[in-house]
Order: sequence, then structure tokens, then C-alpha cells
Amino acid sequence: MRFLLTDEQSDFARTLRSLLGSAQVPAAVRAWADGDAGPGRALWSRLAATGLFALAVPEAHEGAGLLPLELSLGLVELGRAGVPGPVVESAAACVLLSELADESLAKRFLPGLALGEASATLTLPGGSPYAPDADAATYCFTVSQAGVLRLAGAPAGPLRSTDPARRLSLPPADGGELLAEGPEVTRAAGVAWRWARLLTAAQCLGVGEALLARTVEYAKQRTQFGTPIGSFQAVKHRLADTLLALEFARPLVWAAALSPGPGEVAAAKLAAGEASYRAAMTALQLHGAVGYTEELDLSLWLRKARPLRDAWGTPSACRAEVLRSLTPRRR
Amino acid sequence: MNLAQTAEVEEFRAEARDWLARRVPSSPLPSLETAEGFAAHREWEAQLHADRWSVVSWPEEYGGRGADIVKWLVFEEEYWAAGAPGRVSQNGINLLAPTLFDHASPQQRARVLPSMASGEVIWAQAWSEPESGSDLASLKSRARRTDGGWLLSGQKTWSSRAAFADRAFGIFRTDPDTPKPHQGLTYLMFDLRAPGVTVRPIGRLDGKPAFAELFLDRVFVPDEDVIGEPGQGWRIAMSTTGNERGLTLRSPGRFLAAADRLVGLWHGHGDPSDTALRDRVADAVVGARAYELFTWANASRFAAGETIGAESSLNKVFWSEYDIALHETALDLLGPDAELADGEWAEPWVFSLAGPIYAGTNEIQRDIIAERLLGLPKGRR
Ligand SMILES: Cc1cc2nc3c(=O)[nH]c(=O)nc-3n(C[C@H](O)[C@H](O)[C@H](O)COP(=O)(O)OP(=O)(O)OC[C@H]3O[C@@H](n4cnc5c(N)ncnc54)[C@H](O)[C@@H]3O)c2cc1C
Repeated sequence: MRFLLTDEQSDFARTLRSLLGSAQVPAAVRAWADGDAGPGRALWSRLAATGLFALAVPEAHEGAGLLPLELSLGLVELGRAGVPGPVVESAAACVLLSELADESLAKRFLPGLALGEASATLTLPGGSPYAPDADAATYCFTVSQAGVLRLAGAPAGPLRSTDPARRLSLPPADGGELLAEGPEVTRAAGVAWRWARLLTAAQCLGVGEALLARTVEYAKQRTQFGTPIGSFQAVKHRLADTLLALEFARPLVWAAALSPGPGEVAAAKLAAGEASYRAAMTALQLHGAVGYTEELDLSLWLRKARPLRDAWGTPSACRAEVLRSLTPRRR
Repeated sequence: MNLAQTAEVEEFRAEARDWLARRVPSSPLPSLETAEGFAAHREWEAQLHADRWSVVSWPEEYGGRGADIVKWLVFEEEYWAAGAPGRVSQNGINLLAPTLFDHASPQQRARVLPSMASGEVIWAQAWSEPESGSDLASLKSRARRTDGGWLLSGQKTWSSRAAFADRAFGIFRTDPDTPKPHQGLTYLMFDLRAPGVTVRPIGRLDGKPAFAELFLDRVFVPDEDVIGEPGQGWRIAMSTTGNERGLTLRSPGRFLAAADRLVGLWHGHGDPSDTALRDRVADAVVGARAYELFTWANASRFAAGETIGAESSLNKVFWSEYDIALHETALDLLGPDAELADGEWAEPWVFSLAGPIYAGTNEIQRDIIAERLLGLPKGRR
């Protein structure tokens, strides 16, 4: 067993991190929240140049193959930087279309998505009825409970999320172009769902890491009672606990990326989602009142943590899945 | 020990319940953290005041009903159970008024309290400064002596709803040369529209323009607006922080009502097989009851003439953590709808997140509990 990243994988993560580090992401997030997707799209096209969007598309359609580990590494970096937009949903849509093995659908959508020229959002059966960022995405796919895949028509105007950079739309129940139907669609949707959950877990991990890093910096520099607040044991312990939770979520995310079975993926999402939400609570508490203002960039991550913890499987749903996957099948 | 109320108290309860049933707005007012909501709440408070329900515990001469603490708690229970709006005057009523009752001159009380009770003048608390949060005594804003009063200069911040409020109260350094930071401070009131005051709103986490930062440049305050003796500001301020942590800010009535709504949500949305969530709903019910009974125990002690000291820190930590747990449970029950910012639980959830920060952070409260109630050695601070 070699549970370490290859040099190539680490390099990929590093490339993304440095690209995002110099990309003024917070400004793009704020614009996105205000309904101006321009700066976010510009960021997406720079990300596309790294090959990020090709990681959920087969080679036959301009992709790099379906590479969940590499894509998860990417999502950690996107979460760390706070990149806006339906990255997870785009990738899941690619997986859905790839799994369907319908050449004409694949030809029509996948190359554009692989190259990052197009983006997608989607809703899948059993999940949230709200499609994130449908107003900014090129495509909005829906799969119904009955296994009908559609390219949804223009969804109703976005509803406000507690994270303003997640714009939620309710796609029309069965409007839009019918693309495919049948048990094959349901099966493909199941696979896409697992990817969405895994990638959200990775994104949560990145969000949590960003929250922790910023809070550690703040605790070193903010003084009260004539000393940096980081020297108080109550502050130290909370930060140490935050690191603990994130570091034990990380191996679960990597393991799930290596073998994306339902139980592994649910465990990863549970641990990463909770760790990142707890990191947000710690960050807020230790920043005091400045942390409670939207002016500080920290708020961009604080507001992401809760919706991402619940997206593509709440902790409770993930726990149920973990247990289900362990139950020996009998009948 | 006896949990039953007297007939007189029950009569008072019935009167309040009846009034509220007839007058509480049928649809919720806009958020009081916005300009629009501020105006709507002001009107509501004027209605409350017209029938002397805005400050039931105050003496009648200031618009109250002279209700004792028992009746006040009963009123709060009825108020929140009726789904009545949050109080935009809360800073004045809960924080400044007790200080005025304890430390102000009769003239000051006569001048300030009636317009506070009617919602005509809404007060903001101007204590914190950018560098002085937990360590409030390190504050630097100054009040310098001038003819007939004082000139305020400096910066205050995170003043709740100061963007829309009329006046503010705060502590200022009047003598910078004292050996200890807690000395040489003076407690006073000032007009937020006076020359020299600049109010800059600061968006909250949910974007509502609730806080403001105040820049003060030689703002004149007449002597009549100084509370107590100059130089005694710290002692005066500390005599009322207990109110903020303790009973008045978070009456049990509010949590009983919230727990009740949560139970309703459970019956509507709950999945009976999700026992973990069911347990948390039950915990919220039990928590509200515990808080209610703890409060009654304290109230009984007040009524018997005792005072409450560091125990108010127990109260603070409990209600703030309870509040978050209750709202998180509601969000978990709502599933995908939890993230809708316009949902019924979103704003109260975001507000609950601030509970462990304001009114003295919970880290500081735990230190107080450990040192003053458990007698543990004082830490480095
Ligand atoms: C919603 C809200 C409303 C508010 N309304 C008002 C208002 O109306 N008027 C007003 O004047 N102020 C108001 N405040 C400000 C509030 O009083 C301060 O936020 C609070 O005193 C904490 O100060 P700080 O934010 O500077 O945090 P800091 O004091 O900088 O603390 C940062 C972190 O360090 C921790 N810490 C600090 N010292 C210690 C220690 N000795 N041991 C262990 N941990 C420590 C704190 O617990 C916290 O977690 C409000 C704040 C909020 C969030």
C-alpha cells in the first residue's frame, strides 16, 4: 500500500494553488454573488487551461479519463481558494453523460465541458430540488425519480442561499428537452451522485483548511490583554481540535477517491463536511465580531461551510449510507 | 418550593395574552436589522407603549406597570409565544435603562426613559473599539473637558443597529494618566446625529446592515448626559453587564417559543426513523425547560433580595450554545430548504451564531466561571 500522492499529482495541486493564489478569487466571488458571472467565468477559463475540467471526461471526448483522485485534489484547492460556480455539478454532469454511453449525447456535450468552454449544473433524484448556479451555467440537467434526463428550460430566477455565492434555482419539473430515459439513466445518475458527493467532500476539506489557516494567522496577530489571543489555552485548544478533525477527514477523502464506493464516499463527505463546518464555527468565534461582518473575506468561506456540509448528502444521510453499505445483503 | 403562580400573576398573564392575541401583527415584520424593519418595529413599539406593554417592569411614571420579575417573566413568555416581533429598543431597555435606574439622577431618568419606552428614541451601545473587544478596559476613545460638558473623540465599532438608532451610550477615557486601565473612564450618552459623529454601517454575515462603526470628532456632550460621577465609568458599566449576560437579553420565553416551533417542524418534516434528529429535538425541548427553571430559581433569589454575580456567566454560556444547537437542529430538519436565506429559520440561525461572541465571549465567560465560581487560580490575562 502506498497511501501518498505521486509527484505528478502533487505538482497538479501545487499548480492550481499558485494559479488561484494570484487570481483575486474573493473579488470574483463577490461579483458572482451579485449576479455578475464575468470574473468567475474568466477564472474558470484559467482553470480550464490546467486540464481540470477534463478530469471527469473520457479520453474519447477530449477528456483525460475519469480520474476521481486528481479531480478531488483539484477540488480541495478550489475550496481553499473559495472558487465560485458549479464545479462539482459540472463534473457530475460529465460523469452522468459518460456513464450513459450514448455517443450522440456524449459528442454533443462532453468536449465543451472537458475544455471548460461550457459549464453545467444538475439535480438528481433523491437530492435537493435546487440546482446551484443555473443562471450562470451553460446547461442545466435534471434527472427525475422515474429516470428521465432532460436539459431543463430556463429555470425560475435564483433564490437566495445563506451563501450568496450559491445561487439556487428550481428547474421546471418536467420541462425542457428530453435527452434520455430508463433504468440506464437512473444507474448513471447514481454514479454521478457519488462523484458529486466525493468532490463536495474534497471541496469542504479545502474550505476547512482555508478557515483554519486564516484563523491561525489572526490568532497570532490579534492582541487583547496585551498578548496575542493565540497564547490563550482556550484559543489554542479550539484550533488544535480543528486541525485534528481536518487531518482525520483527509485520508477518508483520499480513500474514497481511490475507491468511490457508496460507503467510502459517504464517510468522506460526513467527516469532511462536519470538519469544515466546525472549522467555520471556530473561525467565527476566534475572529470575534470582525468575523461576523461580510466585509472581511473570511465571510466568503464561513458562509460556504454550512451549505456544502449539507449539499449532496447531509451528515445524517451520509451516516445512513455508511451503515447501509455495511449491512450484509440477505434475502 | 412551588412552581404554581398566584392568582394575581395568572390574571396578569391572561390580560397580556388577550392584548397580544388582538394586536400582534398577523404577518412577520421586516427584519429589524434593516432600515425598513426598523421603522416598522418602531411603530409596533409605539403600540405596545400606548397600552403600557413596552416596559412592563418599569415604574408607572415612566410608562411601565411596575411589574415584578415574576410578572416580567410571565409577560415575556406570552410575548414570544404570541409570535410578537423582536424588540428594536432592546439595547436601551435592557442595557441602558437598568444603569439609569441604578446610577442616574431623577432628572436624567425623567428626560430619557419615557422616549425610550415609546420607541421614539432608540439607543445603541457604543462600548467596543477596534482594538478593545474582550479587553474593553483598554479602550482609547477620549472625552475631554470643555465648557459645560465634554468633547468625544475616537472610534467605536460593532455597535448593533447604530446605523438607524438615534442616540448611543458608551464609556470614554477622561483621564489617560491613571495607573490602571479601568480607572479614569466616564459613562455618558450622546446623540448619533450630533456634529462630529460619522456613522458607517458594517454589513453582517448575512448582509444585513446591522452594525455600525462610529467615528467621533470633538462631539459635544453636555454635563447632564454624564451618568454617575466622571471617572466611575467602569464600575457603572460593570454593574449592568450582568443584565446583558443574564436574564434580560434572553428571556426563557423566547427559547420556549422557539423550541415549540421546532417541535412543530419535527411533526411536519421529521422522519420518525431518524432517531438522532429526534433526540436533538427532544434535547431542545429539555434545554428550554432547564433554562426556564434555572431562570425561575434566579428570579426567586432576586425576589428574596439577593443579587446575582458571576452566575450570570453560566446563563450566558448556556443560552448562547443552546440557541445555536436549537437552530442547527431546525436547519437539519429542513434539509435542502435549510440554505434558503429567506426561510423562516435562516436569520435567527445566523444571529444565533453571534451569541458566543457578544455580551462577553464564551471563552471569557468560562474563565469567569472557573475563577469566580470554582475558585480556580487566575490565569494569565
Ligand atoms: C452580533 C454582535 C453584536 C454586537 N453588538 C455590540 C454593540 O451593540 N455594542 C458594542 O459595543 N459591541 C458590540 N459587539 C461587540 C462585542 O462586544 C465584541 O465582539 C466582544 O466583546 C468580543 O470582542 P472582539 O470581537 O474584539 O474579539 P476579541 O476580544 O478580539 O477576541 C477574539 C477571540 O479571542 C478570544 N479571547 C480574547 N481574550 C481571551 C482570553 N483572555 N482568554 C481566552 N480567549 C480569549 C475571544 O474569546 C475570541 O474568541 C457585538 C458583537 C456581535 C458579534
